[in-house]
Amino acid sequence: MNSNNKVLSRKKITFVFFILIFLMFLIPIKNVIAQNDYPTDDQVNVIAKELYCPVCENIPLDVCPTQACAQWRALIKEKLIAGWSKDEIKQYFVDQYGDRVLAQPPARGLNWLVYILPPVVFVGGIVVVYLNLKKIKKSPEKILQDSTINNEKYLHEMEEALNDLNKKEDLT
Amino acid sequence: MENSHTEEPKYQKKLPRWVIIVTFAVLLGFLALMGWGLRNAQQGPVQVGQKVPVFELTTFDGEKIRTDDLIGKVIVVNFWASWCKPCEQEAAELEEAWRYYQDTGEVVFLGVDYVDTETEALKYLEKFEITYPNGPDLRTAISQIFRISGVPETYIIDKNGKLASRKIGPFVTIGEITSMIDSALNQ
Repeated sequence: MNSNNKVLSRKKITFVFFILIFLMFLIPIKNVIAQNDYPTDDQVNVIAKELYCPVCENIPLDVCPTQACAQWRALIKEKLIAGWSKDEIKQYFVDQYGDRVLAQPPARGLNWLVYILPPVVFVGGIVVVYLNLKKIKKSPEKILQDSTINNEKYLHEMEEALNDLNKKEDLT
Repeated sequence: MENSHTEEPKYQKKLPRWVIIVTFAVLLGFLALMGWGLRNAQQGPVQVGQKVPVFELTTFDGEKIRTDDLIGKVIVVNFWASWCKPCEQEAAELEEAWRYYQDTGEVVFLGVDYVDTETEALKYLEKFEITYPNGPDLRTAISQIFRISGVPETYIIDKNGKLASRKIGPFVTIGEITSMIDSALNQ
């Protein structure tokens, strides 16, 4: 009985020990969560990737090495800390620097052409290719058909001519 | 009867005329649009003697300044940015020139902060103790009017609203600035 108690108390001690170890792990985890409230460079770059600085054309903001772009990324971080959403930040940049900072131009005015023309041209191209392929497939059959008709006429004419010639030879 | 076997087979279907016309119209419209964009892109800065379109600058203090309210005065429009190192070379000279003309009331300086963040811009203004009106180039509207190619660039508009002179790059001396302004004042 005594030994049973000892085993039980050992088990309890072990259990408490593991609980304490588990709680110790929780403390740093809580700290990490708190640190995550501060925006990381990755979070900044998610937004920066969708923006272009007018100074450095064709280089997305997340990879642009200039000082101007570094300032813009710092500004994104400031806005994230202030609790702004991605869309609010993008809108702020549009208000400040114009539509051309956006990687994807907004669908309005002449910008519609960017969205409409490529699919229209693509579909048009497919239709043209399809029609031409169909024509190419059809034409040999047609030519063959037409050529047989023409050949028959031609052969008929030839036969008639030969018959006439034979008749003339017989007469002579 | 003759040449009956040489006749072309009549199996080709032609596209309707309206389809061809619409296709060509769309194509021409697209080319015209591209041409217009290309022409705009290749245009250089505003030419000397050319009328400068009216624009409005909202300063960092919230004051709105319209250039048509300044007719009769010489306007010095300076494009700069806090990230621009050459701009720093001329910042002190521009401020000095502004202080020189400030009391005459005949010259107005306008600093246009191009593609910059307000925090850094304000630090820059404080660093160089700039006191003339400065504001951001919102939606890059002003720089598009002047079709600038970079910063710093300075445009001097005469009393009639026409471009008197321009300086691409930084001013080296204050004399360079005053000579340009004086010649605009004497026009």
